[in-house]
Amino acid sequence: MDFASILAIEILGSIAILVLISIGLAVVFGMMKVINMAHGEFIMLGGYVTIFGTTHAGLNIWFCILVLSPLIVGLVGLVLEWLVVRHLYGRMIDTMLATWGLSLAIVGLMTMLVGNTTTGISTPLPSVAIGKFSTSGHVFFLIALATFVIIALACLFKFTTFGLTARATTQDANMVANLGGNPRRIYAVTFGLGAALAGLGGGALAPIIGVIPTIGITYIAKAFITVISGGATVIAGNLAATSLFGTINQLFTYWYTPIIGEVALLVCAVILIRLLPQGITGRFFKGTI
Amino acid sequence: MALNRRQLLGTAAAAAAMTQVPRAYAQSDSIVVSSIYDQSGGLDVYGKPVADLVRFAVAEQNAKGGLLGKEIVLKEYDPQSNNQLYAQFAKRTALADKPAAVFAGITSSSREVVRPILRQAKTLYFYTTQYEGGVCDRNIFCTGVTPAQTVQKLVNHTMAKTGKKAYIVAADYNYGQITADWVKKFTLDNGGEVLNTEFFPLDVADFGSSISKIQAANPDFVYSALVGGAHMSFYRQWKAAGMLGKIQLSSTTFAGGNEHIALPAEEYNGHWICQNYLQELPGERNKKLVADFHKMFGEDYPYITELGMGAYQAFLLWAAAVEKAGTVDRMAVIEALETGISVDAPSGRVTVDPATHHTIVDVHVSEARDKQLNLIEKFEQQPPADTSAVCDLINNPDDNQQYVIEL
Amino acid sequence: MKNPVLNISSLVGVIVLAFAIPYFVEAFTVLNFTVYIIMAILSLSLAFVWGMGGIMVLGHSAFFGLGAYAYAIAAVNFGPGWEAVTLSMLVPATFAALLGYFMFYGRISDIYVGVITLAVTLILFNLINSTSGPQYKIGSAPIGGYNGITAVPTLSWPNGNFIDINGMFYLSVGLLILSYLFIRYYLSTRYGKVTVAIRENERRAELLGYNVAQSKLITFSIGGAIAGLAGCMFANWGSFVGPTIFGLVQSAQIIIWVIVGGRGTLIGPILSCIAIQWMTTQLGMQQVVNVGFVLGIVLTIFVLLVPSGLAPLLAKIPNVVRSRLNGKPKEDVALGSPAEEGQT
Repeated sequence: MDFASILAIEILGSIAILVLISIGLAVVFGMMKVINMAHGEFIMLGGYVTIFGTTHAGLNIWFCILVLSPLIVGLVGLVLEWLVVRHLYGRMIDTMLATWGLSLAIVGLMTMLVGNTTTGISTPLPSVAIGKFSTSGHVFFLIALATFVIIALACLFKFTTFGLTARATTQDANMVANLGGNPRRIYAVTFGLGAALAGLGGGALAPIIGVIPTIGITYIAKAFITVISGGATVIAGNLAATSLFGTINQLFTYWYTPIIGEVALLVCAVILIRLLPQGITGRFFKGTI
Repeated sequence: MALNRRQLLGTAAAAAAMTQVPRAYAQSDSIVVSSIYDQSGGLDVYGKPVADLVRFAVAEQNAKGGLLGKEIVLKEYDPQSNNQLYAQFAKRTALADKPAAVFAGITSSSREVVRPILRQAKTLYFYTTQYEGGVCDRNIFCTGVTPAQTVQKLVNHTMAKTGKKAYIVAADYNYGQITADWVKKFTLDNGGEVLNTEFFPLDVADFGSSISKIQAANPDFVYSALVGGAHMSFYRQWKAAGMLGKIQLSSTTFAGGNEHIALPAEEYNGHWICQNYLQELPGERNKKLVADFHKMFGEDYPYITELGMGAYQAFLLWAAAVEKAGTVDRMAVIEALETGISVDAPSGRVTVDPATHHTIVDVHVSEARDKQLNLIEKFEQQPPADTSAVCDLINNPDDNQQYVIEL
Repeated sequence: MKNPVLNISSLVGVIVLAFAIPYFVEAFTVLNFTVYIIMAILSLSLAFVWGMGGIMVLGHSAFFGLGAYAYAIAAVNFGPGWEAVTLSMLVPATFAALLGYFMFYGRISDIYVGVITLAVTLILFNLINSTSGPQYKIGSAPIGGYNGITAVPTLSWPNGNFIDINGMFYLSVGLLILSYLFIRYYLSTRYGKVTVAIRENERRAELLGYNVAQSKLITFSIGGAIAGLAGCMFANWGSFVGPTIFGLVQSAQIIIWVIVGGRGTLIGPILSCIAIQWMTTQLGMQQVVNVGFVLGIVLTIFVLLVPSGLAPLLAKIPNVVRSRLNGKPKEDVALGSPAEEGQT
């Protein structure tokens, strides 16, 4: 029984991590049809902001994770949107390649600045005991944070003017422009939001992983595949894909090794894309957000 | 690779040290040695101190007037924790620099890339890191410690203090695989049992489910042969899951990559380790080395690691052999080393074992606590018993393979 | 390539130049140039699949890696001979055919093909990276996981002589020229013309009755075979293969070569591959500017400002010069059209 609950927690934790690393990408892909290959580097930057904020500037770790990381990375996202992404709207493959270039450049830049060395911080949360097992309290934080992010995004898209305009822009940007909206600004803000979410994810993960400039590579493929498999519907698609992949990954990790867990996730994604080329939400959960 | 402040200081100091050398050397009248160590990428935690100690050794020797009256020129390569680059740089240095000796390789996998290349290029090779043992090749000298020297002592120590049930976590490449076999053998020899062995590729950084598996198995101790920056997360997550102090952790790799400096002390206090060298060792020879090294690389240098010391001691052995042979010619130097040459090194006496091309050294069981490694027990002059059981280069000088343990 | 005399003379020029190089530079420079040439074969294979066939492959290193591993494993088992070389092309080509069947007959299009190939190369990386244990072996060849396969037996000339450094260089140049000529020949056949037609307009080609899926499958498999050949040469060059050749970094590099060289040309990606690698080596010698940083900026700038790559740009220069000399502006000549995507 104890083992079942610890396994359930690990699976929820695995899903939460997938949500945190992919939701920013999902927002950008779902709203703008842009695949941002530099997303993994935004996660990495978020991790560094939190680490440097706590170790060098002596700031409170929760402030760094929840405010500073998303803020700074969101600003980086806005700048890059202005410099690069904005010129390539409508050219999906070119956007992807250009942001892949940005990804390499950011890794190189960070390597020059901080060196190619793993750094990390420890979580201030105590461990949580369940029977004879105990697990890191940080897992619970990640689960809570992921839940909060999903709910907040749903509210944003459903109940605010920005959300309404953004969804309208996704459907028909010209019509929005005719009605006096500003699709360009919507796109810019959406891209910034995606970057901020990646920064948040990076900050939240920093205490359990070692951060190194190349860490984005570990996440981009997974995030990318989750988003494509989820389909164009941001929240429902992301929830469906992360739940499926997180469970598969964690179960196979338990039964075999972390690598088999990873491979199982990727194989499952490849089969899923073959069966549902429009993603899970291309077939199911239509009409949701 | 970023040139950070410490490297800059180190290079400047090395340059300063070299200017004290009598300027009689002509450019053609120098001896080239090469070093290929990971100074960036996931293994830089190991490679940087090693590269620094080779620089130090060269500068120290040049300050004494070089070797055979010639200046030693160091050619450095950074393979960036990528075995492909090891292949490239080994070929390149053998062809372009024509070095008298090559000091190269952190991981066993990188050694197995470099070894055949240098053997074919007839270039003397020193592999200076602690490793799993068994390499038998007359062109290579392995100056690091092997499992019979350290793992055995640590397993015995740990089992005497904790209990019979072991759980092994190890890096997923030849070092981890073979070391795990040795841990298993020594545990079984002591009447214990191994509950499970798990291998992790070097880029795995999430150990949550493994820690739960260890909790389910409930061993008396965990033996870690984890390697590299990503694996450092294991110790952090071990503490975060509240396991530190509940189950003893022993490791022959912990601290090799400065884990005890990079992590906060409360995340690892109490791990047991076993190495040839500790920076804290008493004795004048070591005190002098630490002082000189800090003079060159700064007082705040994190720690002189066992791996770095391995390279330094290898350099001492090579230099002694060159002086004995009176030439840098490869075969003459190999024969000089095979006389069982011996140097008084910071870790104690270090002697080449002619039959295996390994070394006879002192080893030290210690406890990691508050950024220090505190000596618990010393074992003097341990022979490489694992390798000598299978390798005899005196009778089979043409042998060229790595023997692995049969369980 | 309208002037056959020019064509042949430039080919002869390249061959003469290639044979002269080892007499003028040091051994390790020849060694470096050999790897540039081998990578140029790889670059050529993606230029064919992507630039000519319009199939965007993000994980092209999968075929390169499979070729290298197939050669290494075969060479350890049967010795370094024609069997190993054949397998190094056959294994990736078969794999490409299977994967292609899965994708193209499932009507998976552009971006999703990219995603699947990317996932596949990562799967291969993960799988091969976790086979360090002695239980993982094929025949007598341990796969070696992270260690890779070391001391891979290398090829000899048919007369049994060892291929030395210069020999390896000549062999690589020869194979590059052969691969190039083969692709040119293929593109001039009926099948090759369909390949380009599909790139230009897939739907139109389909409505005209061409079997799009089959044609893509063939293009993809040929590309896989040539990438595998490059992998075989790479394994020979270093007598080592490791799992990093499946990595994202390797895949990104191939894409950069093709983008910079120009999608829609064959010569462009070959030249840009050699130039970029040379630049990378030069940059690697200094430690101030990071190589990845420069490559990333180059990729972004090319996508933004020179999306059709350098080759079409360079090809324009003579026309511009001529029109200047004639004193009147002239319309740009239509060039081998790069695969410009118009889709959303």
